[in-house]
Amino acid sequence: MAVLLLAEITDGALNMDATSKAATAAKQLGDVTVLCAGAQAADGAAQAATIDGVSKVLVAEDASLGHRLAEPTAALIVSLAGEYSHIVAPSTTDAKNILPRVAALLDVMVLSDVTAVVDADTFERPIYAGNAIQTVKSADATKVMTIRTSTFEAAGQGGSAPVETISAAENPGLSEWVEDKVAESDRPELTSAKVVVSGGRGVGSEDDFKIIEGLADKLGAAVGASRAAVDSGYAPNDWQVGQTGKVVAPDLYIAVGISGAIQHLAGMKDSKVIVAINKDEEAPIFQVADYGLVGDLFTLVPELTEKL
Amino acid sequence: MKVLVPVKRVIDYNVKVRVKADGSGVDLANVKMSMNPFDEIAVEEAIRLKEKGVVTEVVAVSIGVKQAQETLRTALAMGADRAILIVAADDVHTDIEPLAVAKLLKGVIDAEEPGMVLCGKQAIDNDMNATGQMLGALTGWAQATFASDVAVDGDHATVTREVDGGLQTIKVKLPAIISVDLRLNEPRYASLPNIMKAKKKPLDEKTPADYGVDVSPRLSVVKTSEPAARAAGVKVGSVDELMAKLKDEAGVI
Repeated sequence: MAVLLLAEITDGALNMDATSKAATAAKQLGDVTVLCAGAQAADGAAQAATIDGVSKVLVAEDASLGHRLAEPTAALIVSLAGEYSHIVAPSTTDAKNILPRVAALLDVMVLSDVTAVVDADTFERPIYAGNAIQTVKSADATKVMTIRTSTFEAAGQGGSAPVETISAAENPGLSEWVEDKVAESDRPELTSAKVVVSGGRGVGSEDDFKIIEGLADKLGAAVGASRAAVDSGYAPNDWQVGQTGKVVAPDLYIAVGISGAIQHLAGMKDSKVIVAINKDEEAPIFQVADYGLVGDLFTLVPELTEKL
Repeated sequence: MKVLVPVKRVIDYNVKVRVKADGSGVDLANVKMSMNPFDEIAVEEAIRLKEKGVVTEVVAVSIGVKQAQETLRTALAMGADRAILIVAADDVHTDIEPLAVAKLLKGVIDAEEPGMVLCGKQAIDNDMNATGQMLGALTGWAQATFASDVAVDGDHATVTREVDGGLQTIKVKLPAIISVDLRLNEPRYASLPNIMKAKKKPLDEKTPADYGVDVSPRLSVVKTSEPAARAAGVKVGSVDELMAKLKDEAGVI
């Protein structure tokens, strides 16, 4: 079995955490070739070559691949697909954009957010916001799937796979990049952070979200938010944790002013230790929390920040 | 410009999901069903584009069991002009896979020739997040997924997308497939007069055979199980007690 793993490359940089976690799943399926595509991807490819268990790295550099537009990247993957039994990628927004397009071009189904590999054809994935886990067996010749990174450990780095340069496929020229609005932050990335502090509707305003950020910075944590907080404009969209946002599984997850709708729980309930701070003692978040603290977050969170 | 909006009938997002005892799936018998929330946002966006004069006609399409006509009536009551129901299943527990749905929608597109498809980014039942992208592949059109802003300008649309790092804006050639995210708009509630009017709007019924599409699944469900439950935790009385627990018991700070 040969597996093609699409590396997560943004503006030339490899996302090692997401890519090496997906590599762990890929290794269970066969011999892993990593594809690094971008306007610049050579540095990322050199790093990807160190991931344990990777046998080859393909690097495609072309302006059309620069912003991970779905059409040119999908065309590139399809041009390589014939040699592989599985095409996999970490479940990032980029891969979720690209891989279903690849699958349909190959006339196969896609498997989204795979959480476990049972065998070469059989996989587990969450449905209904993680309220059920489905085991599905694919009858397709090529399995195309995204890997939920929060459920796989990262593969180590000690390898030195050969890197081979390949050319991009023809750009269908259907879309063009205009701009990225990326928040600069010194905090760890949400999906790979060891500690996450999240705020919900109870925080009340964008200004008051600073107390969440203060606690996060004291803990060296990433900041998350519930959908309600994002919808209300308290926090940016890329902080959203949940069914349709990011899925996280840190060592410590602190939920502040979050009631615990199932859509939010879907994104954090695999965290190792969950702390909930909420004034409503009936809030559903307390049913999944290891430690619950009932009270006013505006006094408790600053007190915790100060005492840490 | 005509816009096509696919809508899916799914379990209402407030309903507690129960896995069937035999492990064959999730119990959907006698459960409240509604329009997939992301699809409601797509319908709303299509109607707003019509109100702005950019779009001339909004056609809603649903694929599934016969009861999905209720979902289409909801779309019509919100303001869609007409609807197409493709009856592809008899049992509410049969989920038509995104690949088959995309093939059927491709058939509808060939017949209707819309300038744009607006769809939800994912259905809250199978959480696949795939139909829009697959339809992009089958039509050879551009795709702009996870949209939080859509502006149509002549033969292009400028779409802002919610991505992992923040927001990305791209320009796509029309016709295109646009899948919508949560922050695009807040869907309206249908008024009673509009609900009454919707009953008289045209709703065509079709079958997969009309489009020559085989909807048999590529994935077979081996089993469906409940996720592992978390053990109930404890309530602590103070910040000091919490810190002691996190330090000594959990060892995470």
